[in-house]
Formats: sequence, C-alpha cells, structure tokens
Amino acid sequence: MEAGTQTLGGAAPGGNPLGAARRRWGEEVIRGLLFLAAVISILTTAGIVVALLTESLSFFQEVGTRFFTDSSWSPLFSDPQFGIWPLLNGTFLITGIAILVAVPLGLGSAVYLSEYASPRTRRILKPALEVLVGVPTVVFGYFALTFITPQILQAIGIEVQVFNALSAGIVMGIMIVPTIASISEDAMSAVPQGLREGAYGLGSTKRQVATRVVFPAATSGIVASIVLGISRGVGETMIVLLAAGLAPNTGVNPTEGYATITTFMGATAKGDNPAGTIGYESIFACGLTLFVLTLFMNMIAIRFVRKYREVYE
Amino acid sequence: MSAPPPPPADAAAATMPGTHFRTGGGTRIRELGFRLLLLSALALALLVLVVLVIDVLNDGLGSLSLDFLTETPSRIDPSSSGIAPAIMGTLWLMFVCAAFIIPVGVASAVYLEEYANRERWWNRFIEVNIQNLAAVPSIVYGILGLAFLVRGPLSLGNVVLAGGLTLGLLVLPVVIVAGREAIRAVPPSIREGSMALGATQWQTIWKQVLPGSVPGIATGTILALSRAIGETAPLILVGAVTFATTADTGLFQEFSALPIQIFGWAAEPQEAYKLLAAAAIIVLMAVLLAMNAVAIWLRNKYEKKW
Repeated sequence: MEAGTQTLGGAAPGGNPLGAARRRWGEEVIRGLLFLAAVISILTTAGIVVALLTESLSFFQEVGTRFFTDSSWSPLFSDPQFGIWPLLNGTFLITGIAILVAVPLGLGSAVYLSEYASPRTRRILKPALEVLVGVPTVVFGYFALTFITPQILQAIGIEVQVFNALSAGIVMGIMIVPTIASISEDAMSAVPQGLREGAYGLGSTKRQVATRVVFPAATSGIVASIVLGISRGVGETMIVLLAAGLAPNTGVNPTEGYATITTFMGATAKGDNPAGTIGYESIFACGLTLFVLTLFMNMIAIRFVRKYREVYE
Repeated sequence: MSAPPPPPADAAAATMPGTHFRTGGGTRIRELGFRLLLLSALALALLVLVVLVIDVLNDGLGSLSLDFLTETPSRIDPSSSGIAPAIMGTLWLMFVCAAFIIPVGVASAVYLEEYANRERWWNRFIEVNIQNLAAVPSIVYGILGLAFLVRGPLSLGNVVLAGGLTLGLLVLPVVIVAGREAIRAVPPSIREGSMALGATQWQTIWKQVLPGSVPGIATGTILALSRAIGETAPLILVGAVTFATTADTGLFQEFSALPIQIFGWAAEPQEAYKLLAAAAIIVLMAVLLAMNAVAIWLRNKYEKKW
C-alpha cells in the first residue's frame, strides 16, 4: 500500500505513462493528518506518565521514603503521615474478596458456556452476562451500600459496619465475573476439538473432559483472565468509594471499613486542594502507584494470552 | 469452535439399556451435579443482576415524575429535587465526547488499517499502546484531565470541555478497535477495483471503504458513548459538581452529570436522598438500554454481507 516509492521526475506531462506515479501532495497531507490522529493515543499515554511523574516527583522530594516506612496514611492532617501500606492493604483485601467471589462464578460460567451450553442457550446467556459489563460502577456502589450491606449481610446476622470491605468486595466480584468468564471461555473454546474427541474415545465423561482436558489446556488464558480481573478490581473506584468508607485500616477484618488507593484519590479530589499543596500531590503519588500496579498486571495478562494463542493457532 | 461435543457414554447407555459398561449410577449423579454446579454459577451472577434491577426500581420509582426531570437538586428539600442540571451536563459531555472520538477514532482506525506499515516499529508501538490504554483504570484518566485540561497547560477549569475531552480520551480505544474491525470487514477486492479504475488511495477510502464501514463505526461509537455516560470517577477528579443550582451549562461552564448526581445523593446519609439516587439510576439505565438497543439494531439492519 506504500504509494509513490519512486518520486523522481514522473510529474512531467508526456513522460512515460507507465512510469512511477507523480507524488500526490494532497494524499500525503491526508496521510499525515491520519497519522497525527493515531499519535493522539500515544500522547495520551505520555500525558498520563508525565502528569503522574511531575507531581509525584515533588511529592517524593518532600516525603521521601516515608511513603514506604510510615505506618499510617493521613497526608491532609496537621501531623501528616505518608505510609501507603494501609491503602494497599484496603485495596488488596477488597480485591481479594472480589476474586474469591468472581473466580468460582466466572470459571463456572465459562466452563458451562464453552462445554455444556447448546448454541441456542449460549446465544441467550452470553449477552445476558455481558449486560453486567454495561452497568455503571456507581450503580454497583449504590447496590452494595443500600442493598447488600443492610438487606443481605446485616439481615443474615453478620455484624458489618455501614461501610465495610465485605459488601464492596462481593459486589466488585460480581462486576468482575464477565471479565473472567469471557476471557476464559475464549481460551476454552480455542482448545482443539480433537483433544476432546480423543478423551471421549478413551471413555471419558463430559465432566472429565471439561476438568481434565479442556481446563488444563486453557490454563494460560484462565490465568490471564484472573490477573485482568484483579487489575480491574484494583483500579475500581466507585464501589469502594460508596461502600467501603474512607478510613485507612491496617486490619484484615472484612466487616470493617477500609480506604483504598482509589477512594483516597476520589475523596481528596472532591475537596479543595490547590495545585502545589501536599494534598494535591498525594493524589498523583497514589495515581502513580495505581498505574504501576495495573500496568504490571496487564503486562502479565497479555503475556499469558499470547501463550495460549501461540499454542493453538 | 462452539459445536457441542458428541454425546458421551451417558446417552448411549440411556437408549440401550444393559449395554453400559462404565457409567454407573454414581457417575451419572456426579455428572449431573457438576453440570448443575456450573449452571448455578452462571445463574447466581445473573440473579444478582436481576435483584439489582428490582432493588433500584423498588427504591426509585416512587420519586420518578416529570418534575424530577425538570427540577434542580435541593440541599433542603429532597422531595422537590430533580436532575435537570445532571441531564443537561450529561448531554453536553456526550456532545463534546462524540465530537472528539468520532473524527479522531475513525482517522486513527483508517491510518492503522489502510496506511500503517506493520514492519515499522512506531506503528506496532501505536497498536500496543492502544491495547494498554484500554486497561488503564478510569480514575487515572481523571488525573490526566486534572493535570492537563483543568489545570496545567490548558487551565480550562472545571468545565464541560475538560470533562468531555477526558471521557473522550478514556473511550477512544473502543472507537478505534471497532472502527478497525469495520474497515477490515470491507473486502480487498473493493479497494482493488476502485484503484484499478484510477482512484487514489484516499478517494478509495473516502468513497468506498468508509461508506461500507459506517454501520460498524456507528455501533462502536454508540457503545463507546454508553461506556462514557456511566463513568463517574474521572469526572470526580476533573471537578464535576454534585449540587448544581441551575440547569444552565455550556462548553466553558461548570457542570454536573447523571452518574455524579447519583454518587452525590447515594453518599448522603439520609434515606430520602438515597431514594433520589435510585430514581436517577433508573433514568441513567433507561438511557443506557436505549443506546444499546440502537447499537444492536444498527448492527443487524445495516451490517453488509459482502
């Protein structure tokens, strides 16, 4: 598709009609404009990195290694503490609960859709599951706060506080189910039919084929789906902001409230923190932590996805 | 690869009594149990969705009225509160977002599909970059908007333009990916025919490829906007307001938005405000449902079979 590789001289009228085409400047300008549009996505990444690094730099100049050594997080107090651990603790506790919910539901759905459902059932159930992707996360947050906490958890006698990690984690898990289900189902569907038929030929039952042939063969895709699920949970803001509270907490009791990296960012950005203050800069330091965490997990996931594609395609 | 696997020994055993040699009763029960376990995983996830919808309808329908759509939110009196500023803000945001993602997204898709030479490292870099951008948490886009659009180089302030562009950057990968798929679906023979008749590459794209891929691009754009319309976290960072006193907003004015209004009300401790949040959720979900219905309709009606 490279136009005009030879550009010399062809413009003269009466030249060799079968020679190299005249370079068309209009075409080149359009090509340049389209390239610029594609570059906007690179500028977006660059902008994110620059924004995070510049403000974080002045944050770290002031705070230094206290980011890792302080035991609590309260950058807005008069006696500020800058330890990120309580926020990481809340983030991973809630994401952990979410994964405990999402992995069995997501993988169960994936095996069912890939191995058991008839094409017709699949055509109905798969889009239904994907509706969950379209639900805005603020709606999930509302649901966790006003339904799961009072009408499920408190109703069955679990003494949870109004803001608690448990309801945020459960609802976040439901939010992640389609991510895990759809990526692992892709991986399971990519397992060659011959492997299944071989196992049936040896007298395996359907359950044995699903659990001992298809599931192991799709492992890398399944791992990728779980890593991506964790990454989505870590980056999720609205569910935790509404349902898990704002208090940094270093415990592991899921009935209490926990602040996470994202809740701190959201809650602090809502207040008035002029540029240049430590409060403003701490939003960016948290953003940088979040960006690095999710980037790392996405890279792992992409690597695993490539692996299963290489094996069977 | 979705063809159902052949029926296992179970079926044969059922039709030919006496011939089954290894599927004992215990095996059959375990097979059935496993199948039910899988089905219940799927059913439970869908059940939560149903319960969520019922809960929201149950909480919110009582507050839903014409006044609710035309009033402004009130700090004093929940019963006379409405979502007019939020609706206007969301409309403005979607307008800015669409005006940004349609030209930029389609141009990027055209470049990547029709011009980019995949041998060049920068083109591969653009592709990997788009793949990675799609997985960046939405709140991080809020940081981008805060640092470059609201403050910093552009210093637009907490205005619609900054919010709309932030959402646009967030959903741009959706449009690019959908656009590329639509463009790829136009068969090469169409391009070759056009070129053979003497059209330039751009004339071919403009007159043949793009018209053929409009349904796919339109579907992708609607799906991108339906993702943008529910995003809350980035808007919190760029400073959308939860209690707007007027529905009057514009490109360079402060704004509210439906998800921001829902968040603001849901975070209030009084029950009355939570019910208002539910009513606003009904409005938001109805809009989302309509957008998705249009997208599906577009895809089914105009998708070309080449």
